[in-house]
Amino acid sequence: MTPRNEQYERWIAQKILAARQTTTIGEAGKTGTWRTIRPVLIPEKCLVVKSGKPTCHKCWLYCPEATVSRSIPPVFDYDYCKGCGICATECPTEAIQMVPEKEAPSCAETIANAGGNADA
Amino acid sequence: MVKISEYPEEEFILPGTRLCAGCGLQLAYRWALKAFGHDTIVTLPASCSVVAGGVGGYSPLKIPAVYDCFETGASTASGLAGALKAKGREKTKTVVAWVGDGGTYDIGLQALSAAAERGDDFVYICANNQAYMNTGIQRSSASPYGARTTTTPILGKKEISKNMLKIMDAHGLSYMATASAAYPQDLFEKCQKAKEMQGQGVRYIEILCSCPPGWGYGVENSVKMARLAVETGYWPLWERIHGRITLSKAGSKFIDPEKRKPITDFLTPQVRFKHLKQDAISVWENYIAGVWKEIQKELDETNQ
Repeated sequence: MTPRNEQYERWIAQKILAARQTTTIGEAGKTGTWRTIRPVLIPEKCLVVKSGKPTCHKCWLYCPEATVSRSIPPVFDYDYCKGCGICATECPTEAIQMVPEKEAPSCAETIANAGGNADA
Repeated sequence: MVKISEYPEEEFILPGTRLCAGCGLQLAYRWALKAFGHDTIVTLPASCSVVAGGVGGYSPLKIPAVYDCFETGASTASGLAGALKAKGREKTKTVVAWVGDGGTYDIGLQALSAAAERGDDFVYICANNQAYMNTGIQRSSASPYGARTTTTPILGKKEISKNMLKIMDAHGLSYMATASAAYPQDLFEKCQKAKEMQGQGVRYIEILCSCPPGWGYGVENSVKMARLAVETGYWPLWERIHGRITLSKAGSKFIDPEKRKPITDFLTPQVRFKHLKQDAISVWENYIAGVWKEIQKELDETNQ
């Protein structure tokens, strides 16, 4: 019978049975790249901006991704906003507009911008 | 009513998750975790919520989470609650089982029933999106009448969904509630109440979560759809504390049939109900009338 390698067994237990995860923002990467339309605030229509008090904040309340801040004025986190448009639908004064994203640069343009040669 | 500025600003599920854009489940998850706070352990059997937990070494969750097998949502929570009790720390932590409708209605039913009978000390939340959305929209026993899924593709489901709330009520739970992803403040209060009733057995909350790919509507209408389910009377909002039912403030006016919107408002925007004819819609109307009749009867009994 082989002697039990306790150190190895403990290592296996830690590695497999108790997988450790680190808390991080953007676990799935920059989810803002999923977006095709982006929310833009029209401050003249926003109740929070007009009153200067944290009264409405429906956009903060209903954002599933928690990318709208509860500040005056509300600020969108474009790194992680997936562009679902719930904030624009739920805004009582239609102060959020969904604007199409600029056309994504082509592969060749991206390489050229980075200083490379697309033809090579 | 609590002002919006008084709700906690801290997020327990950080931005940039793997869930779809406009996910109703994520909205409900975000608000439930806000209500439960730091001293919480979540257990998640296979569901969309596990996808939100992340793969590999990173997770957007700020609280400890246990991922387990499909049928063991309630048994894992029982084990966690038992371990905390053995260590004398049951007062300091809340154990939350966050399970989908498949894991509650179908696969995890016996574990949940056993835990409810034993009176284990945890909060059980059923995030009901009415099909197995995570694995590709298969029919579950929570899918409503007429819903098209990938396993009922042409005519839709021919059966009315299981009355899980009645099954759980038969266990004599201390706290039961229904909630909707479209009413986060209501959901927040209910979760806080369930948390405060520590040491009183299983507390059961069922949340209707809208699902853009599964129900078939535009992502921007996610909250609107979940709200229409309440406004048409299909999903009544109530809570039952020690057997006494009370209607929640957000949905209490829909007890009056004239204040309800027509059920077609809820059905027609969804692709899964596109094929429904008039006779199927009358099945829905009868179902809603039956649901409210039972609630009315229960209210009359408690008021006597």
